[in-house]
Amino acid sequence: MSKTFTMDEREIPFVEGQTVMQAALADGVYVPHLCAHPEFKPHGSCRVCTVKVNGRHAASCTLAAREGLVVENQTAELRELRRELVQLLFVEGNHFCPSCEKSGDCKLQALGYELEVKTLHFTQLFPDRPVDASHPDLMLDFNRCILCELCVRASAEVDGRHVFALSGRGIDKHLIVNSESGRLADTSIAATDTAVSVCPVGVILKKGRGFRVPIGQRTYDAAPISAMPEGKKP
Amino acid sequence: MSAPKRKLKVATTSLAGCFGCHMSLLDIDERILKLLELVELDRSPLTDIKHCGPCDLGLVEGGLCNAENVHVLREFRKQCKVLVAVGACAINGGLPAQRNHLDVRECLTSVYRTVPNDPELPLPLDHVHPINDVVRIDYSLPGCPPPADALWQFLTDFIAGRTPSLGHGLIHYD
Repeated sequence: MSKTFTMDEREIPFVEGQTVMQAALADGVYVPHLCAHPEFKPHGSCRVCTVKVNGRHAASCTLAAREGLVVENQTAELRELRRELVQLLFVEGNHFCPSCEKSGDCKLQALGYELEVKTLHFTQLFPDRPVDASHPDLMLDFNRCILCELCVRASAEVDGRHVFALSGRGIDKHLIVNSESGRLADTSIAATDTAVSVCPVGVILKKGRGFRVPIGQRTYDAAPISAMPEGKKP
Repeated sequence: MSAPKRKLKVATTSLAGCFGCHMSLLDIDERILKLLELVELDRSPLTDIKHCGPCDLGLVEGGLCNAENVHVLREFRKQCKVLVAVGACAINGGLPAQRNHLDVRECLTSVYRTVPNDPELPLPLDHVHPINDVVRIDYSLPGCPPPADALWQFLTDFIAGRTPSLGHGLIHYD
């Protein structure tokens, strides 16, 4: 008999080595997440996947599944907490969805819809972040970066190029490009790299695609992110 | 025989916006006839009434980019029992707020070669603000613009005395 833990009064089976989130997703239970990706090691930075385990908060993407855990996932309290985390991610950057090519395919935006974020609540920082359009095939818009490090991990672990890194601490933390000039054009990145396609928001964009798929016909226009199978998410 | 139900008074305005949200309101098409059976418009670009009287509902499109926007918004807050931020600009500054990391003087001189100086022109603010930076907001309808169906859903819920609820497809940021 397989081992199980309880999530919102439902028995979730797991195999040794799985995290709480991996086991839940495999069993068809949605746990909101941004920095977690099935192809990469858990990172635990965005905290959107926070659950309550035996009465304490924990990031479900880094928490190892254990027999007998009692996990709260879809509760009003956790929904409110996750909503605030998403609002904080929005106010830290410049997320102007109407002009973003990623709109409709963006996981941050989709989570905003999922969690019914109708207002940003917190004071916006409006940071000044120049765009890097130096690369002939790619565009880098730092305004939308949520510091999930998926591009950093993909470029190092899958593409083997080490193009991206995070620099600075706290509120000054930001994405940097590994070239002497600091420009993307002077790196070895290619448009086919995993680092490009893995960005959950609209930071790394392929040029020349723009609004080929019209707004209103995109991934999360069709169904909410919670109803979308993991494999079908961009 | 019961007395006829009083029509709700509704005011609308566009501050630092493009009137796109008002266009979306008109996009409810023939439902606007049903709406006008239930509400009476006070100050609005649709009535051209210049000042807002006591209202049940105020719909505010656009953010705050100049002193006049702030003045109008305060009038709305004072007169409206329920004030709604309609659209991206009212909620987070939207397109006009894309100037927020630029210097206003440089912005103006690069467009007009000089800083326009006419007593009729309202003073620009150094930053574009969402309206909840200045007044309390009771409800927000996101979107650029909010879909006509979202406006209709909100209005019908509000008129019927229900807590407005927008499901999937009605909350949009683009």
